[in-house]
Amino acid sequence: MCMAPKPWTFLSFPETKTYFAHFDLSSGSRQVQAHGKKLADALTLAVSHLDDLPAALSSLSDLHAHKLKVDPINFKYLSHCLLVTLARHHPGNMNPEVHASLDKFLSYVSNILTSKYR
Amino acid sequence: MVHFTAEEKAAITNVWGKVNVEETGGEALGRLLVVYPWTQRFFDSFGNLSSASAILGNPKIKAHGKKVLTSLGEAVKNLDNLKATFSKLSELHCDKLHVDPENFRLLGNVLVVVLAIHFGKEFTPEVHAAWQKLVTGVASALAHKYH
Repeated sequence: MCMAPKPWTFLSFPETKTYFAHFDLSSGSRQVQAHGKKLADALTLAVSHLDDLPAALSSLSDLHAHKLKVDPINFKYLSHCLLVTLARHHPGNMNPEVHASLDKFLSYVSNILTSKYR
Repeated sequence: MVHFTAEEKAAITNVWGKVNVEETGGEALGRLLVVYPWTQRFFDSFGNLSSASAILGNPKIKAHGKKVLTSLGEAVKNLDNLKATFSKLSELHCDKLHVDPENFRLLGNVLVVVLAIHFGKEFTPEVHAAWQKLVTGVASALAHKYH
């Protein structure tokens, strides 16, 4: 999956860039692409563990709670941009039921990743 | 106050010029009810909402979607004055319809996804960002008169 959503998110929701002040954020940035791949790999893992997501994502939850501390609102922004990207690339597959399922999945993943925040 | 650059305005009006208001309005509202089923709470009197196909085929939903999107057309014509444009509608949604403003944000985002489906490659990150700014501005304008 081509990880377009990251730079996309930075454009529509510029406040998300505050978490990447240490990155080169220019167009085509290798760092952004690499980080996008990390995200894509995590989502691929999640997809293969739909019936035990909290366990599968436990160490990522720890990371976000104790180290990254990304404000929960940003998961919504990224999830939305992921949906837009998927819609753009696979319009034929994005019927309302698929749209609903994907949104539900991303929302659930986001909840798990912020579940140990407090 | 939302400020749109010349490029953003062009991106918005260019896309809007190609939108079928009736179809897109129905689709966006229908998808809102499918993706976020709790939003059905405002549409008890609209008939059959029992499945995605029922919702998307529901004539009342389609008609209402068209109404909502036609109103967005006013936003496109008044990008520099969103709060004034939606002042009366804001009062209506607060005082008579009792709609949580979060729903405006949800609908705005669903509309953006629908546009992405229809416009594909043409819906570049820059075009998306302009539309994201618009739907955020409209949601904010609609919530502005809430008390």
